[in-house]
Amino acid sequence: MKLYLKYLKIHFMSQMEYRTAFILLTIGQFFVPFLIFVSMVLLFKKFDHLMGWTLPEVALIYGIIHISFSVSEGLARGFDSFSNLVRTGDFDRLLVRPRSTVIQVLGSKFEFTRLGRFFQSLVVLTYALLHINIHWTFLKILYLMLIVLSGITVFIGIFILGAALSFWTVDGLEIVNIFTDGGREMAQYPLGIYSKFIKRFFTFVIPFGLVNFYPILFLLEKSDKSLYAISPFFALIFIMPCLLIWQYGVTHYTSTGS
Amino acid sequence: MIKVNHINKTFKVAKRKAGVLSSIKSLFFQKFTKVQALQDISFSIKEGEIVGYIGPNGAGKSTTIKIMSGILTPDSGTCKILDKTPWLERIEHVKNIGVVFGQRSQLWWDVPVVDSFELIKDIYRITDAHYEETLNLLTDSLNLHDILKTPVRQLSLGQRIRCEIAASLLHNPKILFLDEPTIGLDAVSKIAVRNFIKAINEKRKTTVILTTHDMSDIEALATRIILIGKGQLLYDGNLEHLKEKYITHKKIIVDHYEYQSKIDLPYTEVLKTTPDRTILSVNIKEIKVSSIIQQLSGLMEIHDITVEDPPVEEIIVDLYREYEI
Repeated sequence: MKLYLKYLKIHFMSQMEYRTAFILLTIGQFFVPFLIFVSMVLLFKKFDHLMGWTLPEVALIYGIIHISFSVSEGLARGFDSFSNLVRTGDFDRLLVRPRSTVIQVLGSKFEFTRLGRFFQSLVVLTYALLHINIHWTFLKILYLMLIVLSGITVFIGIFILGAALSFWTVDGLEIVNIFTDGGREMAQYPLGIYSKFIKRFFTFVIPFGLVNFYPILFLLEKSDKSLYAISPFFALIFIMPCLLIWQYGVTHYTSTGS
Repeated sequence: MIKVNHINKTFKVAKRKAGVLSSIKSLFFQKFTKVQALQDISFSIKEGEIVGYIGPNGAGKSTTIKIMSGILTPDSGTCKILDKTPWLERIEHVKNIGVVFGQRSQLWWDVPVVDSFELIKDIYRITDAHYEETLNLLTDSLNLHDILKTPVRQLSLGQRIRCEIAASLLHNPKILFLDEPTIGLDAVSKIAVRNFIKAINEKRKTTVILTTHDMSDIEALATRIILIGKGQLLYDGNLEHLKEKYITHKKIIVDHYEYQSKIDLPYTEVLKTTPDRTILSVNIKEIKVSSIIQQLSGLMEIHDITVEDPPVEEIIVDLYREYEI
């Protein structure tokens, strides 16, 4: 953990060498997703609710998944852009250092501009929390944090999974974006509005449902199934097979020429 | 210290024809050919040796280095370095080694050199006291005083390589792998790097294995060379012996007073001639250089004479040709 913070520090110092680019990109990262939310608001102006969901409720779902995404993308960017490390052969360097590959890949890149996206998600989440009719207790706040944490874990798991793919193929990794960017876009709406197949896929295969839809059903007292309540814990487990596949992939690493 | 036994390694190489169509095709059907990168390679290296590992491009030098540093797993064979198998006990093993890839940087591009060093200190868990001591030593001997505070992207190549070498030695490794450390360096930097490698080898008994295409590196540093081509080990021994074995011709440069007639000596070829200088190539397998000189002095009045070995480059080219690599 200490090492991770040191990596964070050196990357932050690097980033600060390019301040203007950083500020502009951060602002961009704020507004691009924010426009999506604005269009959502406009939709709700026309239709009062979406299959029983009100705007603040959808905003809650939206805010949570976007916070999870921005944090995980910012902190685990190393895995997201891992194919570059393989292509350039820089992964060799990580392998000759006496630390685990996971911590080193995590530390290989950070995306601080995701702070912009993070703040827009916070804005939306704040809006949701102010307008939702819910009696907040300490436990419920803790539970909300758990949901966000499990979301971060699932996104990081997918990043690791995608990265592990590059041990076998150097190109064709765009498919992973279907699950990261695509998953985020999909999970910003309540999963209940989708077809059965999509619902199942994002519950049992790529568990985005477990990190916002089901627990929020529980939180908003739209359902009292206890299985929904503990779903974030399953999501936390999702990272285990991802890490195992990663470890297996490392032994298949073939490096580049020269 | 290093024992490599019967290492084999093959790579699968994806084959596809040029063109967009075939690259789309390769998305679905990929054909692989197997390339034998290393074939039954065995050698052992003792503590404190400096070994030059040479061979043409694609011979398998880097592959060997990568296996020895735990990056790649061989198909078969064993390798023990300080009693550890690199690819099985990676983390324990890499604490003992330092690696410099001449063409690839391990420093963080946008921050001052010293910040990179401090991160490396944390990666290797080097204690403050050890770090201070080693850093001072390296700063003095590699002359880094003025550049430690400079961001890496503003360094010249020579400065950067010196920092790379320092970065690889901060944790005091027992073995140093240098993959083309002098590539692209000017003469002054080259000599500085060589002197440093020599010094560290003498002072700390660091074992050094270096790959290079620059034979003057080998001549200046290596007591032993291992030659590899097409994945096979071709020669393992000292440079002197290699010279003895493979030098067939020597060059004689004679400065003499005006001499116009033709020179016709046994096993000798005239490479160039002017009225006051003649350059000859003598086949020393057939005749002694001294005998040629004797005959020459009978022919003309000599005022200076130089005998040259062919450059090691030429020997290596001959060797490559002989082994058809």
